[in-house]
Amino acid sequence: MTTFFVAVAIFLVAIILMPFYRVLRGPTLFDRLLAIGAIGGKIIALILIAGVMFDRLDMFVDLALAYAALNFIGGIAMAEYFRYIGSRVRARK
Amino acid sequence: MTLEWIQSGVGILLIVAGLAFMFIGSLGILRLPDFFARTHAASKVDTVGIAVVLAGIAVLEGLTLNSAKIAIAIIFLTLTNPVAAHALARAALRHGIKPWRRITPLKKGDQ
Repeated sequence: MTTFFVAVAIFLVAIILMPFYRVLRGPTLFDRLLAIGAIGGKIIALILIAGVMFDRLDMFVDLALAYAALNFIGGIAMAEYFRYIGSRVRARK
Repeated sequence: MTLEWIQSGVGILLIVAGLAFMFIGSLGILRLPDFFARTHAASKVDTVGIAVVLAGIAVLEGLTLNSAKIAIAIIFLTLTNPVAAHALARAALRHGIKPWRRITPLKKGDQ
């Protein structure tokens, strides 16, 4: 069972590296933000897999919940900020 | 004995299915042509993948407080992940990013 979870964790890391390319050279800013959000979502699953591997799921579940909330709040804050900036830039033109 | 076998089998099956969904979502973020197309991969496919992996972990864990917390996490993710992607797409549209179109315009006979 531990071997299965180690394999799942390695595959998850490989999956996380794929949107990381989009973070590094996304054509626009929003591509980078979207890829960061996707990476955060996958890291929640990785945290829970780590919790099962270390046999401390009671602690890691709380970490995963807090990470999910922070990921959502950060994404919303970034989106609202850039929407505001964009509308101001377009109003000035 | 049989029940434990069924439990671990269902859990492993759910985790593998969720990993497949996550792989497809990552591939979509990597390969789709445009930001507005990439939001589809990031919001829909990824949400299903994460929810299914978390459900698999909850099934492996059994009926405890931890699995209840994982269920709360699943509900939270299912509600918030598409909302964040939609907010980003709306911000991009306000920012003046044009949606991707076919490079050659359609002729009259094309569908």
